[in-house]
Amino acid sequence: MTNTHTGTVLADQGSADAHRPAAVSVQKLSKRFGAGPFAITALDAVEIDIDQNEFFTLLGPSGCGKTTLLRLIAGFELPSSGTIALQGEDITALPPHRRPVNTVFQSYALFPHMTVAENIGFGLRMLGKSKAEIGTVTERMLALVQLEALAGRRTDQLSGGQQQRVALARALAPAPRVLLLDEPLAALDLKLRKSMQLELKSLQAETGITFIFVTHDQEEALTMSDRIAVMKAGRILQVGNPRQIYDRPEHRFVADFIGDINILEATVLEARDGVATVRLKDGTKVSAGTAAGAAPTGEVAIAIRPENLRLAGEGESATITGTLENLVYFGAASNLHLRLPTGEDLVVRVPGTFAEGRYTPGASLGVSFQPELTRVLA
Amino acid sequence: MTEGSPAPVLRAFRRRDLRAMPGFKAMAWLCIIALYMPLAVLIIFSFNDNRSVVRWTEFSLDWYAKALANDGIRNAALVSVKIALFATVISTVVATMAALATTRTRGFRGQGLVYGIINQPLMIPEIVTAIATLSLFALIKRLTGVTGVGYLMMAHAAFCIPFAYMPIRARLETMTLTMEQAAADLYATPLKAFALITLPLLGPGIVSGAMLAFVVSLDDVIITLLVAGPGETTLPIYILGAIRRGITPEINAVSTILVAVSVLLVVLLFFVQRRMQR
Repeated sequence: MTNTHTGTVLADQGSADAHRPAAVSVQKLSKRFGAGPFAITALDAVEIDIDQNEFFTLLGPSGCGKTTLLRLIAGFELPSSGTIALQGEDITALPPHRRPVNTVFQSYALFPHMTVAENIGFGLRMLGKSKAEIGTVTERMLALVQLEALAGRRTDQLSGGQQQRVALARALAPAPRVLLLDEPLAALDLKLRKSMQLELKSLQAETGITFIFVTHDQEEALTMSDRIAVMKAGRILQVGNPRQIYDRPEHRFVADFIGDINILEATVLEARDGVATVRLKDGTKVSAGTAAGAAPTGEVAIAIRPENLRLAGEGESATITGTLENLVYFGAASNLHLRLPTGEDLVVRVPGTFAEGRYTPGASLGVSFQPELTRVLA
Repeated sequence: MTEGSPAPVLRAFRRRDLRAMPGFKAMAWLCIIALYMPLAVLIIFSFNDNRSVVRWTEFSLDWYAKALANDGIRNAALVSVKIALFATVISTVVATMAALATTRTRGFRGQGLVYGIINQPLMIPEIVTAIATLSLFALIKRLTGVTGVGYLMMAHAAFCIPFAYMPIRARLETMTLTMEQAAADLYATPLKAFALITLPLLGPGIVSGAMLAFVVSLDDVIITLLVAGPGETTLPIYILGAIRRGITPEINAVSTILVAVSVLLVVLLFFVQRRMQR
């Protein structure tokens, strides 16, 4: 049995995993700016545990506190209350230069009076590494971000995408335990952004460093992340992997912020084992999934994505019937805008060619809801 | 085309091209003449082979030779440079600290007032500052009995501060705090972040401030006139005294040298800034 040995090692690692502290653990973290009646609460008792080697994204609109949270982890701001621990070690009071985390800034913040190589080697230089080691690591980083040819350039002679890579290499060079990325792709054009998204993701897998990524771009978050925390007004509303966040939103805000979604008012009739029966405003009964452990009652909202709705064929039973108001074609798909008897609007997405010439405004269309893709929102 | 082309004024206005406006050239020349004609006259007559500063006869370098051989002028120039160097160093260091304190900290109440206080010498008539400084120094001298060139140096250092402060602060305001944060993030202690990031980036501002302070000190008449003790004659004071005895092309020659030094400094400043701001 040659596998026995490997098996034991894996088992050991498994048990070690269970006891290994989170890469970053944030407890009851609050940050208020200003004092008295003008105080602004940027973060309100936030709690998260970010695992080792995880690509973790903080997602939310501007002003939701995601950048503040990142700056608190980096040490540029001190929290009003709460603690931050790095692999079990409390770093709440440490100044930024004593935290083994590095940041990729939104503006890159490259040092304009230094070359690309000097920028990348700066962190190691500050750590007192030998010239030889700085040289070796800088070479490796330059190769990693494919900038070998530009080592001696000044940073203002680089394109935006190249500057972005230098910023990334500079932050990775000291091999931080956690890499913080503050909307690093925001300044790039769409095409470059798309390719950098994939590159960042593979870079994270390659280096095994925990990434904490801040963005307001939901698509970016879904593409890259292992887990996403959706934030609003200084609080974390929901944490989950991209599928959970997209398919099973628990809050109206999360549902609305990520992708397109239909939200209908409803009243709960019965809720049991993660499934609720609700009544829409016109009396239609619909089944919908609920958040784990939640037992909603009374007035709620249900959410269903346009692509998860199906038009009922001839003779099929429909959940609800609406009047076609508008048809919007956008290449890969078309959106059918229906007016429901409840007075609410419902958008149904159908493949692009499917809708062509088939429907005319004013037509009555049956739509069926799939209970497993319909969610009750808190 | 049949409508006819609009008047040139309108065309220039539409193109938003000021240079095409009628009278632009005349106005530009007027400004240049007003600024440089006096200097041109001064410089031309410094090469005049004649005692007159209004009647040209022949080209000559005699007055330069005379000026350079004149002990009075040489001593005055030496005193001027000594005082200016001292004032430059002190005022630039103080101004750099003041600029850091007023821009590298979180905004505080009364920040505008602080700017005003630092810029005091720019707002109060120089003659008032001169008399005030004189009174203070007279008091100190009476109380301590200490005399010497130190008083004049201190006076110069003080009124040079705002001139050094302005370009340094202007430079700091264009530098975001993110640079220092990036340095701290990359394990630089506050001292190292300052020495390796803030100071080099601030360089052009400090050099501008220092040069401005140097020129202002070199140029000062009023405060120097009142504060300077015996034997502390600076170049401007010497020139002023010489003129009272009758203006000669020798004064023109000295003044021309001063102009040349100033121009040289400005050109140097330009190149230093361009090099460092790349």
